[in-house]
Amino acid sequence: MPRARLVRFFSAGYLTLIYAFFYVPLFIVFCHSFNYSKYVSDWNGFSLRWYESLLSNTAILDAALNSLLVGVCAASLGTLTGTLTALAIKRYYFFGRKSLYVAVLMLTVLPDLVMGISLLIVFIALHMELGFFTLLLAHTTLCAPFVTLTVLARLAEFDEYLVEAARDLGASESRAFLHVLLPLTAPAVAAGWLLSFTLSMDDVLISTFTTGPTFEVLPIKIYSMVKLGIKPDINALSTIMFAMTLTLVLLAQAITRIRRK
Amino acid sequence: MPRSDAKAGSVFRAVCIKVTWLWLAAFAVVPVFALMLVSLLHKEHYEFFIPVLTLDNYRELLGPVFLTVFWDSTRLAALSTLVCLLVGYPFAYGIAKSPATWRPWLLLLVAIPFWTNSLIRTYALILIIGIHGMANKALIGLGLLSAPLEMLYTDFAVFIGLTYTFLPFMVLPLYASIEKLDAGLIDAAKDLGANSAEAFWHVTLPLTLPGIMAGCMLVFLPSFSCFYVPEILGGAKNMLLGTFIKNQFLVANNWPLGAAASFVLTLLLIIMAGAYRLAGVYVAGRERKDSPSHAPTPVSGDE
Repeated sequence: MPRARLVRFFSAGYLTLIYAFFYVPLFIVFCHSFNYSKYVSDWNGFSLRWYESLLSNTAILDAALNSLLVGVCAASLGTLTGTLTALAIKRYYFFGRKSLYVAVLMLTVLPDLVMGISLLIVFIALHMELGFFTLLLAHTTLCAPFVTLTVLARLAEFDEYLVEAARDLGASESRAFLHVLLPLTAPAVAAGWLLSFTLSMDDVLISTFTTGPTFEVLPIKIYSMVKLGIKPDINALSTIMFAMTLTLVLLAQAITRIRRK
Repeated sequence: MPRSDAKAGSVFRAVCIKVTWLWLAAFAVVPVFALMLVSLLHKEHYEFFIPVLTLDNYRELLGPVFLTVFWDSTRLAALSTLVCLLVGYPFAYGIAKSPATWRPWLLLLVAIPFWTNSLIRTYALILIIGIHGMANKALIGLGLLSAPLEMLYTDFAVFIGLTYTFLPFMVLPLYASIEKLDAGLIDAAKDLGANSAEAFWHVTLPLTLPGIMAGCMLVFLPSFSCFYVPEILGGAKNMLLGTFIKNQFLVANNWPLGAAASFVLTLLLIIMAGAYRLAGVYVAGRERKDSPSHAPTPVSGDE
């Protein structure tokens, strides 16, 4: 059928075009990060000088370290909270279950700007000093709803009877969780952790409001650099950050796919 | 469905429920109420715990300064949302109709930009549309331009930036909705004499309405409120909503006004979420009505 082939041809062409739209700008940043020249339009040969200049920039290294610290802590705390919430919503009847589920959904679509500001208001009202701790709480709030949704999707996939069988054989709720639920949901929990870490490492909007000058994180640092104009070290830094996101997303994907088979 | 017979006394159960309550109350409910409260306070020396309430901040939002900001932001965000929908729908449809073995990979290629730092993606655009950027180089090389054209720091650049940044947020929900679509329904419509365009207009489009609503919400709200895309690509000419709100908190120190503007944003979210819910109810109703229980052989699927 020539018409079907024509449709397929156009469809493939269109998909390629949009994928190019997604990836060409990132590819240019990647290539340019190895360019000796400062200007995108000239190629003056391969060089690692921008990466070297990054490594000697202690302000950036400090911010990166802070980001890693908050990322790991917030992802862990968010994954714990998010997983327990998913279990509570899926498995138990309790007062406010439906409303809390709606609250989780609303948190995932709440504009980050509003989340950042409303948390800032609470932190200031409680006289908390803005820094590591407030940022950790804010990022945990950012990450947990995504984990809840990932784990809920996983819980919907398998049979509730497995857990009931364990319970009938005399396992307590916590033992049933440890030996039946946890192994089954582990891929979703792990994927949730990785994606939470990515969210935390990439967040600009919430960090702008919930951390103070004593605890600067990488996205905020990058933002202030970008606002001052193009500097080639940003290309190197962006390339590193993109490589990290890429690895984490691929890993999350691999974990969820392997276990499903 | 939750178990009805889980032991009420189980410690694990109690911990799960307590954590859920505590977390959502402390970090979802309280902050939104605090935001609402601050938006009702007086601008000068307000006292959080002994509130004297006023609607002045909302009245100020009706003044020309804010209305201009609001209108400019709405225009840009609505335009980006529309373009994302028009570009994203056929794209998501193409992925959903591609061979089953390819689909996970094609989706992964959308998920990667979805998770990549939007700041970095916005920055990447500068290298293309900036004065020394690739676009100018290409256009001059092709002889279409004689001197480099400054495309940065314009509304057009902000529009491109918002569309580029938030397109994956449109594609993913659209894909989820299109993929769920029962191919049997379209076959049934065609058997009943509809052509492709009619089948699309009367069957596909209404049944994917939840995906469209979700996608529009996920693109419109962040492009309406994000401050870094306009600040990086648009310069400081027209202030947009995100920058306006940020400035009330970090520069002008007028928290009540900033809170009022943020609260308007929250109301918008609630309205859009309501519309999304209605679309879901509508589709569930239609599916029940249209479900081809008596129609000729539904679903050979596309697997």
